[in-house]
Amino acid sequence: MKLDARVPAGPIAGKWDRHKFEMKLVNPANKRKYTIIVVGTGLAGASAAASLGELGYNVLNFCIQDSPRRAHSIAAQGGINAAKNYQNDGDSVYRLFYDTVKGGDYRSREANVYRLAQLSVNIIDQCVAQGVPFAREYGGLLDNRSFGGAQVSRTFYARGQTGQQLLIGAYQSLMRQVHQKAVRLFARREMLDVVVIDGKARGIVVRNLVTGEIERYAGDAVILATGGYGTVYYLSTNAVNSNVTAAWRAHKRGAFFANPCYTQIHPTCIPVSGDHQSKLTLMSESLRNDGRVWVPKKKGDTRSPELIPEDERDYYLERKYPSFGNLVPRDVASRNAKQAADEGRGVGESGLAVYLDFKDAIARLGPDVIKEKYGNLFQMYNKITDEDPYKVPMRIYPAIHYTMGGLWVDYNLMSTVPGLHVLGEANFSDHGANRLGASALMQGLADGYFVIPYTIGDYLANSSLPKITTEHEAFKDAAHNAQSQINKLLSVKGNRGIREIHRELGRIMWDDVGMARTDASLKRALAAIPKLREEFWHNVSVPGSADNLNQSLEYAGRVADYLEFAELLALDALERRESAGGHFREESQTPEGEAMRDDEHFSYVAAWEFKGVGVRPELHKEPLEFEEVHPTQRSYK
Amino acid sequence: MRLNLKIWRQTGPTATGRLEDYTADNVSPDMSFLEMLDVVNEGLVIKGKDAIAFDSDCREGICGMCSLVVNGVPHGPDRGTTVCQLHMRRFKDGETVTIEPWRAKGFPIVKDLVVDRSAFDRIIAAGGYVSVNAGGAQDGNSILIPKDVSEAAMDSAACIGCGACVAACKNASAHLFMSAKISHLALLPQGQQERYARVTAMIDQADSEGFGSCSNEGECEAVCPKEIPISNIARMTREYVKAQFGAGK
Repeated sequence: MKLDARVPAGPIAGKWDRHKFEMKLVNPANKRKYTIIVVGTGLAGASAAASLGELGYNVLNFCIQDSPRRAHSIAAQGGINAAKNYQNDGDSVYRLFYDTVKGGDYRSREANVYRLAQLSVNIIDQCVAQGVPFAREYGGLLDNRSFGGAQVSRTFYARGQTGQQLLIGAYQSLMRQVHQKAVRLFARREMLDVVVIDGKARGIVVRNLVTGEIERYAGDAVILATGGYGTVYYLSTNAVNSNVTAAWRAHKRGAFFANPCYTQIHPTCIPVSGDHQSKLTLMSESLRNDGRVWVPKKKGDTRSPELIPEDERDYYLERKYPSFGNLVPRDVASRNAKQAADEGRGVGESGLAVYLDFKDAIARLGPDVIKEKYGNLFQMYNKITDEDPYKVPMRIYPAIHYTMGGLWVDYNLMSTVPGLHVLGEANFSDHGANRLGASALMQGLADGYFVIPYTIGDYLANSSLPKITTEHEAFKDAAHNAQSQINKLLSVKGNRGIREIHRELGRIMWDDVGMARTDASLKRALAAIPKLREEFWHNVSVPGSADNLNQSLEYAGRVADYLEFAELLALDALERRESAGGHFREESQTPEGEAMRDDEHFSYVAAWEFKGVGVRPELHKEPLEFEEVHPTQRSYK
Repeated sequence: MRLNLKIWRQTGPTATGRLEDYTADNVSPDMSFLEMLDVVNEGLVIKGKDAIAFDSDCREGICGMCSLVVNGVPHGPDRGTTVCQLHMRRFKDGETVTIEPWRAKGFPIVKDLVVDRSAFDRIIAAGGYVSVNAGGAQDGNSILIPKDVSEAAMDSAACIGCGACVAACKNASAHLFMSAKISHLALLPQGQQERYARVTAMIDQADSEGFGSCSNEGECEAVCPKEIPISNIARMTREYVKAQFGAGK
């Protein structure tokens, strides 16, 4: 199969407008005859379901939580980018496009990114109209802040709860459509399979998490907006229920998985306090503006920080990167922290942390200024660790928090399975090998409010979609498969906890497929994962029954999928013998230790086709062509 | 640390529930309350016993999914904190801790500590929005909103919809939850057009869901993890009274 991204012809600035005109439309009176299934209610899913309901389609919307408002988009703090140029500081659609392609380390598809930058301005208008309480200036105009990777102020925000407010805006629009019966909502449902009939996605099979029933839903198109796969690392900043199951099951039905090795690590998270840890909490990167990062010079120095004299401390970022110092980009800061810990110079009980010290800033600016700038973060840190960062240095460590890879989609956001569309973090489309801050919210809402309402119409109008019912053999098969996997999980009756095995998978992934990857480490992981998968299927203990709410069973199903998916992630990382963005191969670095791309050999999207569990998937390449932005090497010297 | 736990177990919505005794061993003061329960559950799972069902998702205090009553207080002893952000250093070795679900007619129990809060979704569906379709919005800066108004709207919009206010109220009233949404939208220019229809529709819906009325005890404000004040309820009541006298018509 040849990958066709279906990027419209013509100059980049006119592609989307022209495409909108050329796409076929569905007559308003006919829209209600089409049923669209939307899985997920985060920014992408809720905005898509609401917008399609507004257009008149018959929409079925599913989520695993008790309410659509819980989706993990809610936890995004910082803000949302838009090329409004309200600040008169030289921003433009082209500049946002340029920054995003460059920030993605030249591994994204130009046409998609340009459209994203164009739509960014509509998103802000839409959200304001919904009543999202964005920060304002005294004169009543919208306020902006600046964010990493950009030299202009284009980030709109609602305190530190931007994701929450945007999601509530989309949720309210969604509930309005539910009230009008344009959207039917199915909460506490987990998608277990996509049903493909005559080569087209025609429905899904879900487990009703309350009754345990396997339910079937038929439709004319399916949209997945089910988020990223960060919890394959066990510990991440994702929610504890975030998972890859929907995307992975779709992959097994023929949707190619693109660039799974592109994972993003955030450098300033609160470190792990013990084996009991269930998730990690992120603190804003702005802390590095005034905090100094250090570790003891001596290995295994267990003295408390105030007893370590100045000349026995290694301010390693300032030493290695004199011009950027503590403000080097996320990936560089993260890798250096790991290196210090690997050398045995990490701090805290686990040794998996470095200090972020505000002593000098407090002496220079006074505690009041520090409090004003970072008070809420210091308080959060204090709540979790019971330490006072005004007196003792913070301990920080990097953590996984976003995944750029995802199901491959074309320009219309359709996967390699016709009719199966993928939005938001679940697709691979816009961030290349690295996502810039405040861009995830932008992409989720662009996909849901402004892309899919157009492109899905084109798909429906161009497709022959004979009436089917959930009595079709394909539905029966999918339901049967889902039920047999559940029965299989319940029948292992081993003696190992699900969490214990997930934690072990996380350790393999973090150690060998984490911040710095090598040929040897990836091969080690590729040997260890299948063994752990076997251990799981022989020794896991999943108590309870299938006919009611059983969180152990839900969890086991997700871990089972991660045990398959992890292998693909590691394989993709092994095959990409270059460093790019969040993917760092130690073999491919500049003499200064920066990530070094190999454009000659790896300027492509790696899209993997499933061939069976434990069978090598087939690699398909979508070559990346850069007509507008010319790839260069990043440098922070 | 070792804790004695008394945890509400109930197999389903219509089953009879009861408090059962569990022991949590080797509890580290750095654990969050939910991580302590994870460890208890992992012990049960390895022995093939049914794990204690409880809701949680983001575990950073923003999604509103976690919902435990700890020693009689929704979200536990710390003010302005969801139970996922409560840490075990708050407890003493040997202490007995009672853990129960939200209890309200409008929140039927699904299993153990998990309740059904879909009534909140239906209350929002009744009118908790601005009726605006995607695509037709004017430029964001064409709606001027003074900073203090925007900040006040944000204070109300901070509600996470967890339902602790209902769980704490002797009348199982949803007034704090509703009034936060009504205030958020009534304060902003975007919310004016549907202002009075909204308050009427939402309150009617809450009544039909079996939530009680407000008798000004302030228990809701005391347990709200986002510290949303009951002055929102006063505003909602004013809006409602005006609506009943025909405001906006």
